[in-house]
Amino acid sequence: MKFMSEYRDPELAKKYLEEIKRTVSRPWSIMEVCGGQTHSLVKNGIIEMLPKEISMVHGPGCPVCVTPLYLIDKAVHLALDKNVILCSFGDMLRVPGSQKSLLEAKAEGGDVRILYSPLEAVKIAEDNPDKEVVFFAVGFETTAPANALSVIHAYKRGLKNYSILASHVLVPPVIENVLEDVDSHIDGFLAAGHVCTIMGNFEYYPLVEKYKVPIVVTGFEPLDVLQGILMVVRQLEQNKSEVENQYSRIVKEEGNLNAQEIIFEIFEVTDRLWRGMEVIPMSGYSVKEKYKDFDADKKFNITIKEAEENQDCIAGEIMKGIKKPFECPEFGKKCKPSNPLGAPMVSSEGACAAYYHFSGLVER
Amino acid sequence: MSKKKIMQLNCPIPKLDFDIITLGHGSGGTLTNKLLDSGVFDLLSNDILDERHDGAFLEMNGKMAFSTDSFLVSPIFFPGGNIGELAVNGTVNDLAMCGAIPKYLSLSFIIEEGLQMTEFWEILVAIKYACEKANVKVVTGDTKVVEKGKGDKIFINTSGVGNIHPKANISEKNIKTGDKIIISGNIATHGMAIMSVREGLEFDSTIESDTTNLNHTISKLIDEFGNAIHLLTDPTRGGVATVLKEIAISSNIGIDIFQKDLPIDSQVASSCELLGLDPLYVANEGLFLSFVDATIADSFLDTLQNDENGIHAKIIGSVVDEHPKQVILESAIGGKRMVSMLPGEQLPRIC
Repeated sequence: MKFMSEYRDPELAKKYLEEIKRTVSRPWSIMEVCGGQTHSLVKNGIIEMLPKEISMVHGPGCPVCVTPLYLIDKAVHLALDKNVILCSFGDMLRVPGSQKSLLEAKAEGGDVRILYSPLEAVKIAEDNPDKEVVFFAVGFETTAPANALSVIHAYKRGLKNYSILASHVLVPPVIENVLEDVDSHIDGFLAAGHVCTIMGNFEYYPLVEKYKVPIVVTGFEPLDVLQGILMVVRQLEQNKSEVENQYSRIVKEEGNLNAQEIIFEIFEVTDRLWRGMEVIPMSGYSVKEKYKDFDADKKFNITIKEAEENQDCIAGEIMKGIKKPFECPEFGKKCKPSNPLGAPMVSSEGACAAYYHFSGLVER
Repeated sequence: MSKKKIMQLNCPIPKLDFDIITLGHGSGGTLTNKLLDSGVFDLLSNDILDERHDGAFLEMNGKMAFSTDSFLVSPIFFPGGNIGELAVNGTVNDLAMCGAIPKYLSLSFIIEEGLQMTEFWEILVAIKYACEKANVKVVTGDTKVVEKGKGDKIFINTSGVGNIHPKANISEKNIKTGDKIIISGNIATHGMAIMSVREGLEFDSTIESDTTNLNHTISKLIDEFGNAIHLLTDPTRGGVATVLKEIAISSNIGIDIFQKDLPIDSQVASSCELLGLDPLYVANEGLFLSFVDATIADSFLDTLQNDENGIHAKIIGSVVDEHPKQVILESAIGGKRMVSMLPGEQLPRIC
């Protein structure tokens, strides 16, 4: 199949693996930033195929996982409002809030709809003028243009009943946060290919300069990931720290300028709380003042009691690569995808859920 | 001309003095009779149903299989079919998986008031043709109507019985190490056909549901291979992964499968990628898995591939001694991973 099977060729995979084995001479910790890459590594059984010197560390790039508890609580609160249609990407539905998930809110009669495109939510708003339609705008830089575009569409059509509950987070600040943490010892990074498709590579040059780590912008297919790992290992073995682009078939140096323009029409950079981590300065987007009527946070003025994360969950340490999922005492015991204690067990891209589903570490 | 068009031309909707189904049509009174007499009985007519008694009088001997299933698909009309034929094929196939020859069905409707009579008629016509194709009779049934908002247009329940094929010996207990696992066709087709028309997730494709009756195919295979067929199962909800994992656990066996051998239509594979769904967990219809003795695997596959329901059939794996209760998939690039059950419905991913 065009553009899929080419990147899953077993012969080429074998060659990459042999080349990685030939190149590596000592242990390295490499963080794949994006949850999509974690998923690909585990789903394709790549981790077990890598030489033992290479330890893959699963980064914080799962948007579902890092969406803070209070925002999920807000979404749930809105979903239970009889006057609101709450629209969301599918995998947000199962994420536990402090009381319940959106899926449970739906079961209680909340009008929660799974969409693939936020523009669909604008259409729902047009079709339901007597209801408030809120889109739970979650994601990294990748989903920001489409979410911003939905606001532009609603604005142009003069819709008064459409808003977004924005929970956008940004990759470069969280990479810096990981690098600053004395407990996490990451030697090199696979940066998230789709984020760079939008934003380009320029944000990573200051990071390699300051922290002397190789960063390779990498795709998601098995061969992409293997090639990305090889590129990082080559740099490490040669004591280099550069930004390289493995995903050049998609990612342009400057990114997608049109998409960036749309993002910055609607959003501005702001501090953000990352679930399981902390508030990271200038690490997210919020809706600009000009479009405040489309900002569900301001429009509905919901006050949510701050909820505590489950103390047994070590999500922060997992997402910073300090611990592996199976090093958590509750992994596969109290914490399972059917009863997640914390976010990385929820989405299929969360490190804990990926390990739970695909590796033979837990007896089920 | 499409299959659907031909069906409608052959069975035009009768002239009625109502366009939509209302609560009264489920009351058991005049309106119910009006609805049933409007053509329901004519459409599904057979000697047993025509007696119109409280229940059906059946004459059957020997070992039988009995199965029931409820159908709640949304939307009720989807590319390649509708809930009517799904309801017939579902129970027919469940019986076939027992090694039975399906014979009689019961048919119950729970209708949400407001359903268009034209829609109901189209569903009935699909039921009629599905019954004829599978060679089964609807012998008893029921119709209830619920208030608007208390259903999703229409729910259908079918139950069925049939005699066990004299040469069949289908049981999980018969599975043994070395058995080959054969899939009858492309995976994930039905689930993605439904997904392509689901509100909010629509995408353009020509994917059509593969819903069909499998009983004639199964019967032919049992005729030829008898008790060398150890287990038959249809991987409907939960998909191939869930069914294999269930069997591995309940039979205490290990299963190895190979991603490169899993047949899948390229459009279906692309749409799964797009939505972030794993085709191994997507629902199927008109598809079955067979666990067969290794000695007959190749000729079984040959017979199956020459059947209209098995053109894309493939051997996808085998039963092994190692790792009891576990299903291990070898990925396209040669890595290995466990196949587990999903905690709930598969949800489309963010990005």
